Amino acid sequence: MIDLFVQSTFADNLALTFFLGLCTFLAVSRRVETAVGLGIALLVVQTITVPVNYLIYAHLLSAGAWGWLGLPEVDLTFLRFVAFIGVIAAMVQILEMVLDRYLPALYRALGIYLPLITVNCAILGGSLFMVERHYDFTQSVVFGLGSGFGWALAIVGLAAIRERLVYADLPDGLKGLGIAFIVTGLMSMGFAAFSGVALP
Amino acid sequence: MTSAFRRLLDPVIDNNPVTLQILGICSALAVTTSLATALTMSVALTAVLVASSTVISLIRRHIPNAIRLIVQITIIASLVIVADQILQAFAWQMSQRLSIFVGLIVTNCLVLGRAEGFAMRNGVGASALDALGNGLGYSFILLIVGAIREVFGTGALFGHPVLPTLAKGGWFTPLNLMMLAPSAFFILGLLIWFIRTIKVEQVEHEGTAIISADEARKP
Repeated sequence: MIDLFVQSTFADNLALTFFLGLCTFLAVSRRVETAVGLGIALLVVQTITVPVNYLIYAHLLSAGAWGWLGLPEVDLTFLRFVAFIGVIAAMVQILEMVLDRYLPALYRALGIYLPLITVNCAILGGSLFMVERHYDFTQSVVFGLGSGFGWALAIVGLAAIRERLVYADLPDGLKGLGIAFIVTGLMSMGFAAFSGVALP
Repeated sequence: MTSAFRRLLDPVIDNNPVTLQILGICSALAVTTSLATALTMSVALTAVLVASSTVISLIRRHIPNAIRLIVQITIIASLVIVADQILQAFAWQMSQRLSIFVGLIVTNCLVLGRAEGFAMRNGVGASALDALGNGLGYSFILLIVGAIREVFGTGALFGHPVLPTLAKGGWFTPLNLMMLAPSAFFILGLLIWFIRTIKVEQVEHEGTAIISADEARKP
């Protein structure tokens, strides 16, 4: 379990190894403060949606899931894109309402980032990886937590570097997006170095 | 005719969705380890993009404003399911190599960005052309990165040997880094540098706000 957590955080980092959620990753990483907000929002949503999508997939969509109704040959796996997106949108909406009711301070801090997360590839990608790698329920919880944490860590790191980069003397063509890509590549190499870590 | 032509070619270099607007790179880089996967992904994305823009433009007057994002996503997701099923039926091995990335076209900011930013406000013909142009611009970047990574990573192009590798008695040592994730970031970063050195007006200055994915998505 710890192994899976470390692996999904570092070596299999969603942003740096699988290029997921990169649009938001590059657009919102200009300042550390906003990066932290988005990172936390993504971590929370990822930890909730991956297990929920696991339950939906295992009990409603996978081949033979309707066996208890006497329909063992029904296979709805092709519906998973629509179903997962619907679950993600619903979870984000529910999370917004719950936060608004019980934790208004956190809601105000995360408010503008939550709707963005619905269309973030990292969330849908996490759920699709969960299906492709045949995780069970516990594994999907750990994977959701680990991959969300890894994404948050990466965006905060990149934002910290880009804040300093403002003072760097770069060639004109490389300013902004160009250097952001190269820094992300270097970070990706750093994170990949953790792939050798195996815990007993 | 010229304006239609401009609409088609403008997004390829001058206003490229990937290098200028950072739209659609989520899925763009992961499939660039070889030219064949990059080409399949480009075709799939361009097909979905053109179809979704056309459909959304057709029904744009009937979509209630409050739920337009949900309608758009549902249309896109349905089209992606079709694309995914076609790939699985006719190119099973390719669909295995593309792994989850065909499915991720659903959340590709480029598709939703063009639907929200263009197809919702323009006629069918213009929307289809705009979608095709943006699809070509995306494919252009994807194919360049895919070609560079395959040639220097394996010495082959489309699986045919181009540079004779050491293992086969030639002189070329394949660069293993090219097969790993960081190289895609480096190549795209350098490509942006190259394009902006030629097209100086694209250079970002202090405080310049480029159209980001978030702004494109804002309701």
